[in-house]
Amino acid sequence: MCLAIPAEVEEVNFPIAIVNFGGTRKEVRIDLLPDVRVGDYVLVHVGYAIQKVDVKEVEELAAIYQKLQEEGIL
Amino acid sequence: MNKKELISKISEKIHEEAKDAGKIKIMHLCGTHEDTITKYNLRSLLPDNIKLLSGPGCPVCIIPDEDLQKVFHLIEKENIIFTTFGDMARVPHNGKSLFYYKAKGYDIRIVYSIFDAIKIARNSSRTVVHFGIGFETTMPSTALAILDAPENFCVFSSHRYFIPAMEHLISLGVEVNGFINPGHVSTITGIKAYEKIKKYGIPQIISGFEPEDVMLSILKLIKAIKRGDAEVFNEYTRAVTYDGNVMAQKVMDDVFSVDDWEWRGLGVVPRSGAVIKEEYSEFDVVKVFEDAFSDFVPVEDKAKKACRCGDVLRGIITPLDCPLFNKRCTPKDPVGACMVSFEGTCNIWAKFGVERN
Ligand code: SF4
Ligand code: SF4
Repeated sequence: MCLAIPAEVEEVNFPIAIVNFGGTRKEVRIDLLPDVRVGDYVLVHVGYAIQKVDVKEVEELAAIYQKLQEEGIL
Repeated sequence: MNKKELISKISEKIHEEAKDAGKIKIMHLCGTHEDTITKYNLRSLLPDNIKLLSGPGCPVCIIPDEDLQKVFHLIEKENIIFTTFGDMARVPHNGKSLFYYKAKGYDIRIVYSIFDAIKIARNSSRTVVHFGIGFETTMPSTALAILDAPENFCVFSSHRYFIPAMEHLISLGVEVNGFINPGHVSTITGIKAYEKIKKYGIPQIISGFEPEDVMLSILKLIKAIKRGDAEVFNEYTRAVTYDGNVMAQKVMDDVFSVDDWEWRGLGVVPRSGAVIKEEYSEFDVVKVFEDAFSDFVPVEDKAKKACRCGDVLRGIITPLDCPLFNKRCTPKDPVGACMVSFEGTCNIWAKFGVERN
């Protein structure tokens, strides 16, 4: 129900943005994130962008692994 | 290194840490976490002394039957258009559901966003009533809609604040050594919202939804539990900040005030209900249709006598302990709410074929 899915912002026309979910383009409301820019990644929930996401941290497993080692977790 | 290797590395580390840790119960509070855990069979990667419980993390599951019956009552009495998210439409009560009403010819529309409900209202002269469900993640969108709604639009608020439910769970005496906090609720509330739960001495971690996120959160919790450290940790750093989405918090505060509302399985949870404030009462279904509700009387659903959703939601039992699970109660023909919602534990366990071994 409150699952949120990351999408890339492709066009901004406040309060609406066009975002791309891995190929599918969709209109979302950005009232809650007025400073989003084209190229940002946002979490989309029930048609609203609710927070920005740092994609680098999502996509690079090697970076995650290194971070964990530095933190002494692994 | 790939994902699988990373996960098995974390699993090894968990086994190592857990050796001298005694019995540990970790409760997650989010249906999407249960989905990840069951889909990737993460419980099988944990040692026997580490138990993962699922809590009241699905907003569809925790809405009590009384709210649902009020909605049915309204639909029967008034000539309205009723909009809802899809999951909610299948929750049964006494053999009826929103889909039942739709099939009977009532004007029930499934929407993806409350924004779609507003569009319907703008194109109609009839009153549109939207079923406002969801925790802090969903509430800001409802608040925004209310601030921008046409006159023929109102909301049935079944929204509930999640964080008071954590405190309530602890007060009910549910035995938990650590919490995995809901990631998307936290994007809105921020880490700071959990500060006041620290006093109970139970460590918490805000977690993302990939299997490695959940495994890592478990590892960090076990370490914290061993140290006796009751901090609020944040594993979901890519999306959750200390302050959260301040603008969303403000919109919620503008539109809603709090009240003590009931949850399925938890009873009345103090300060958890999101009441539409007096200044916006023209968008509050309870006020707009006051007369229609005056003769409302709740009735019990006999079919649910044996349903144990309440215990599933408190993490006291797993779905396998419910005698109806996958027999009388299935995703196709659910008895209880936990079997309906895609984030309900019973639905997830049935979908991924979890069985007693
Ligand atoms: S509403 Fe949010 S916290 Fe609750 S189950 Fe859904 S994703 Fe998890
Ligand atoms: S299996 Fe069905 S009846 Fe049993 S607790 Fe789950 S939802 Fe309720």
